[in-house]
Amino acid sequence: MPETTLIAEQPAPQPDQTGPVVVFDNVSIAFEDKQVLEDISFTVEPGETRIVLGPAGCGKSVLMKLANGLLCPDSGSIHVFGEEVSKMPEVDLFTLRARIGMVFQESALFDSMTVCDNVAFRMHEEHMPEDEVQQRVLESLRFVELEQAVNKFPSELSGGMRRRVAIARAVVSKPELILYDSPTGGLDPITSTTIIELVMKQRDVFHNTALVVTHRLQDAFTLATHEYDVQEHTMKPIPNKGIDPKTKFLVLNEGRIVFDGTTMDLVHTDDPWLKEYLS
Amino acid sequence: MKLASPEEFAKTSVLAVQEYSMLCVRAVSNLFSAPRYWADIYTQADSIGIGSLPIVLLTGFFTGCVLALQSATALSQFGAKNITGQLVSLSMVKELGPVLTSLMVSGRNASGMASEIGSMKVTEQIDAMRALGTDPIRKLVTPRIVATVFMLFFLTIISDAVGTVGGAMVSIFLLGLDGSQYFHIAYQTLMYPDVLQGLIKPVFFGFIIASIGCYFGMNTKGGTQGVGKATTQAVVFSSVLIIVVDFLISRTMIGIFGR
Repeated sequence: MPETTLIAEQPAPQPDQTGPVVVFDNVSIAFEDKQVLEDISFTVEPGETRIVLGPAGCGKSVLMKLANGLLCPDSGSIHVFGEEVSKMPEVDLFTLRARIGMVFQESALFDSMTVCDNVAFRMHEEHMPEDEVQQRVLESLRFVELEQAVNKFPSELSGGMRRRVAIARAVVSKPELILYDSPTGGLDPITSTTIIELVMKQRDVFHNTALVVTHRLQDAFTLATHEYDVQEHTMKPIPNKGIDPKTKFLVLNEGRIVFDGTTMDLVHTDDPWLKEYLS
Repeated sequence: MKLASPEEFAKTSVLAVQEYSMLCVRAVSNLFSAPRYWADIYTQADSIGIGSLPIVLLTGFFTGCVLALQSATALSQFGAKNITGQLVSLSMVKELGPVLTSLMVSGRNASGMASEIGSMKVTEQIDAMRALGTDPIRKLVTPRIVATVFMLFFLTIISDAVGTVGGAMVSIFLLGLDGSQYFHIAYQTLMYPDVLQGLIKPVFFGFIIASIGCYFGMNTKGGTQGVGKATTQAVVFSSVLIIVVDFLISRTMIGIFGR
């Protein structure tokens, strides 16, 4: 089976980052007098999957864009791979972003380009040889099980398929850090599970560092309590009701961090707001 | 509808001028460094130039026809109907060719640029482009400015030519003037400053059309309603700016060359 062979041939890359991958230090940002994020500080270690939870409008998407340097904070500093993205000029950020993959909330596929051109975008910009581009595009689409859609336009795809193509586009360059902004937002439960399985596959096979924004608690806890089985090509609960040790949580409310810790700490929290949010 | 305070209006306007200026500087400076998106320039030149050809031909032709018709009526009173060719030629080359062509191209292309880039902005495609390591100004704005300036130059020449031919057809078939005399006077009338003025204007107008269209597109907010608003504003602002800059260029050129 080609997919098994593909994954078996690619050894899981070990993170070569010795320090934290993402560091937010007292970051605040406001839009038109509305404080969106206030005094946000947290760290993401290499190989860790940090799930960002919170009610709608609490600043989760803004946090993702700050991490990628798409927005600049009003105060505080953001370090990604040891470099201060909050102060870097855009030209230098382009180079850093080669190590970061981002999946946007509404996919953000280029609708005038085919799926192939969307996934190959970064490689075309880098003037990679066309046969290598084609090979990597097909590998990436095979990863998200959409190889047959290679010549379709985004308008011909369903919402779930667009989201999968967006993931393929984000992972085709084998980034060390992946930012998922609500990858299951607006999707039905079955399609959401498919997307979460892909996120899990990326985590367990390639051991990337990831920030996953979601407002769906079931997706968050699925990520924390399941693992991807390479042999059977599906996710399975971690044996003995285990928890993935590299999956941690960050909960935001009204622009502030209300929880930063492990799955077990979150589940056993005494905070009344958190208890109500999780119930 | 809430009225904006004068202070807020002034701040917004100054900020808009600043951001527009920075966009223009970045777009032009991108020409002097790699990567340059030649494929996108050719695509835009085809869309803007060849795509606008029918409308430019029709506008130029009928403008020349109307000019000949209207001017002949006035000139007849002085027994000077024979110099209709002079009036048509001078008006088309110096003024109507560049301005009307630019207004037509503005209506067609400034709106197209604003709506296309605006749609990309509200669907986060611009952010996605940045996240994938590509400068959206280099990829989207610079090719459009280069293509518009380049193609509008030639579209204006075409418009001048068909306008002169349109005037000739009216002069010959409706007014009974001699064809060779018409073309002889039309050609003789034109001096170097006239042609220079008529060819410098489209360079400026092309820059205005593309930069304004792209500016409103890149600053679109508020979903589909915002895209509609950006499209309208792009056409309005570029049209007004074309008329204002036309006056400034005309005044400058007349000041330098005396005609």
